[in-house]
Amino acid sequence: MIYEASIIAVVIFVAFVIAVLGISKYFAGKTQSSEGYYAAGGTIHWGVNGIAFAGDYLSAASFLGICGMIAFMGYDGFLYSIGYLAGWIVALFLVAEPLKRAGKYTFTDALDNRFNSKGIQIMAAISTLVVSVCYLIPQMVGAGVLVTPLLGLPHYAGVIIVGTIVVLIVATAGMASTTYVQFLKGGLLLIFSTILSVALFMNGFKLTPSDDYHQFKAIKVVASGSQIISLADQSYSVAGQNSKHNLIKLNKEGVNTWWQLETLESADGDYNAILKEALSTTIQSNDSKLYNGEPRENQKFFQVGHMSKIIVDGKEVSETGPVGPFEFLETLEQSEIVRFAKKKFMDGTNKVTVWVQNITDGKTIMRPGLKFKVDKGSTFMSKLNFVSLMLALFFGTAALPHILIRYYTVPSPKDARKSTIVAIAAIGFFYILTLYMGLGAMTNGVLDLESSNMSAPLLAKFFGITLFSIISAIAFATVLGTVSGLIVAASGAVAQDIISNFLGMKLSDKGSVRAGKISAVVVGVFAVMLGIMFKGMNVSFLVGLAFAVAASANLPAIIMVIFWKKTTAPGITSSIFVGMVTALGIILCSPSMWEKYGLDPVNAPIALNNPGIISIPLAFITIVVVSLMTQNSLKTESA
Amino acid sequence: MGHGPASDWGEDKAASYKSKLGIRLFILYTIVYIGFIAINTIEPASMGLIVFAGLNLAVVYGFGLIILAIVMGVIYNHLCTVTEDRLNQ
Repeated sequence: MIYEASIIAVVIFVAFVIAVLGISKYFAGKTQSSEGYYAAGGTIHWGVNGIAFAGDYLSAASFLGICGMIAFMGYDGFLYSIGYLAGWIVALFLVAEPLKRAGKYTFTDALDNRFNSKGIQIMAAISTLVVSVCYLIPQMVGAGVLVTPLLGLPHYAGVIIVGTIVVLIVATAGMASTTYVQFLKGGLLLIFSTILSVALFMNGFKLTPSDDYHQFKAIKVVASGSQIISLADQSYSVAGQNSKHNLIKLNKEGVNTWWQLETLESADGDYNAILKEALSTTIQSNDSKLYNGEPRENQKFFQVGHMSKIIVDGKEVSETGPVGPFEFLETLEQSEIVRFAKKKFMDGTNKVTVWVQNITDGKTIMRPGLKFKVDKGSTFMSKLNFVSLMLALFFGTAALPHILIRYYTVPSPKDARKSTIVAIAAIGFFYILTLYMGLGAMTNGVLDLESSNMSAPLLAKFFGITLFSIISAIAFATVLGTVSGLIVAASGAVAQDIISNFLGMKLSDKGSVRAGKISAVVVGVFAVMLGIMFKGMNVSFLVGLAFAVAASANLPAIIMVIFWKKTTAPGITSSIFVGMVTALGIILCSPSMWEKYGLDPVNAPIALNNPGIISIPLAFITIVVVSLMTQNSLKTESA
Repeated sequence: MGHGPASDWGEDKAASYKSKLGIRLFILYTIVYIGFIAINTIEPASMGLIVFAGLNLAVVYGFGLIILAIVMGVIYNHLCTVTEDRLNQ
């Protein structure tokens, strides 16, 4: 997709970054102690902490990833919203208060509170680092995605900018600045997502989303099978074809474009088929890339997504006028939407990707099935994948290190509980809006077919460059805030759990803070490298995997140490190890990763994309079995 | 050495009540959540049925799960606060 930077966007973006750095500088002067650096001194008000929770949680995955997945896959993307929010129930009802009572800086403190075990300290620290890195990757990918349209910079530049700013934030003031950045960003995200949704309702639905929306061409042809005999429009000539995907390459004035061949139900005069215009990218043997047959600067790769039929109260209309929230969903359910299906193939030495028009009825879009095969075309494994994902989302939230450390920033367990409820209300409200924003992007001609992640910001652009600039800057701040939280969690794991506890190195209070800051720089550099490597993957999908690792490695240990008195240190250590290794092993051998390696996903050794259904129960079984086998260690400790 | 709690809040006489209440509400929500997964995997076609204000079961159930979490959170906090005030005076 071709993007141009706008002055307004650059000004608003720079203002946000300055504000964020200003907050950091302000708190840097106040942060001298370990407790100040790692837990903001435990003095944050529960209301502020609740919105900061929302800021932490509504990461790039929520705003960019979920909206993008809904825009491309309909209701299936909303399943992430449901699962992410439901996970807070585990956090509120089971984890919040006990964890706050048992820990100080990191969740390892809470796990290890009764045991003082080297095994728990090192294993929980490694798990924190692994989950934080898994979660960092999609945030960095999201940063790269945002900077491209906002500032006109390449993907890697966005990743490096985020990495640098975040390291500055974390290395200066730690958790206090991170908390207020998250509060500011969480609040703004809620406000502007509401404004965007209201703008969508006021706009309603139109067959032609905007005056400059591309009018797709169709050419009648005489065809015999996949062979074109003649075209109604003589200005085009046939230049090639791909029989497997029923695609025809046409040439006009030296430019090659791809078209989808469809047989007409009844012949129209001599013509028995039709060619429908498609979008394409072609990577030539010299690595240059063409967009719809032309170089990038010619701007021929247009944004798409429209309705082919709008039905209101059983009648077909060309536009609806303003609609209410229920009417919005009802109209979409009854109408027909043009989505775009991706086909990849080799055309000689050229790598071609073609997106063909795919008319989909609203009923199919508004229920699960387009991404997660649970109905038509489903198999036992596809259903298991769905169950596994929902399980990981449900159990993952309460096991995310950067969420868990936020319980230590408030003064008391009661405040931890209250801030969780504020978080649930704020996050729940936002997640309802994701359905509207995603579906709005799907139908308003704003989709960049190369990047599902850009759907929400581009929808904002539909309503004006100012809204786009603000939303993009907030989204960028979203990435900044979440990455800051993750790096605080990771640096806490290194400095507190590994250096201080596991290695037993006696650091002064200032030394502990310095160790945290150095760790933050190292983790930040690592995150930048991964963010560049994973360009192009949907950020919500990647976060789903981070949830699976967290739910498998951390949650069984947290739940059992709170609710089962027979839990032992070896039980916790083994459970974290088994959960983490199993989850990572399944992910690395999954069809999605096989595709990422450039291999055929069908040949992946494990057919599951989401490991939770295996790794979570296995970690629970491990902690029970090992704890029962090592009851002597409990007696030794209590003696 | 482990770090231990950040500060001492004293004995919480409501802890047992809050723990039991939390587990009960968690089980209740989990049953509703499992119901959503079960319908999707066992009887997916029923997710398309229109059940309320022109909205299908998938949308109503999905919104319902989100709103239920908020409502249960508020109820939980209210009951916990009342009990804490009564027992921890």
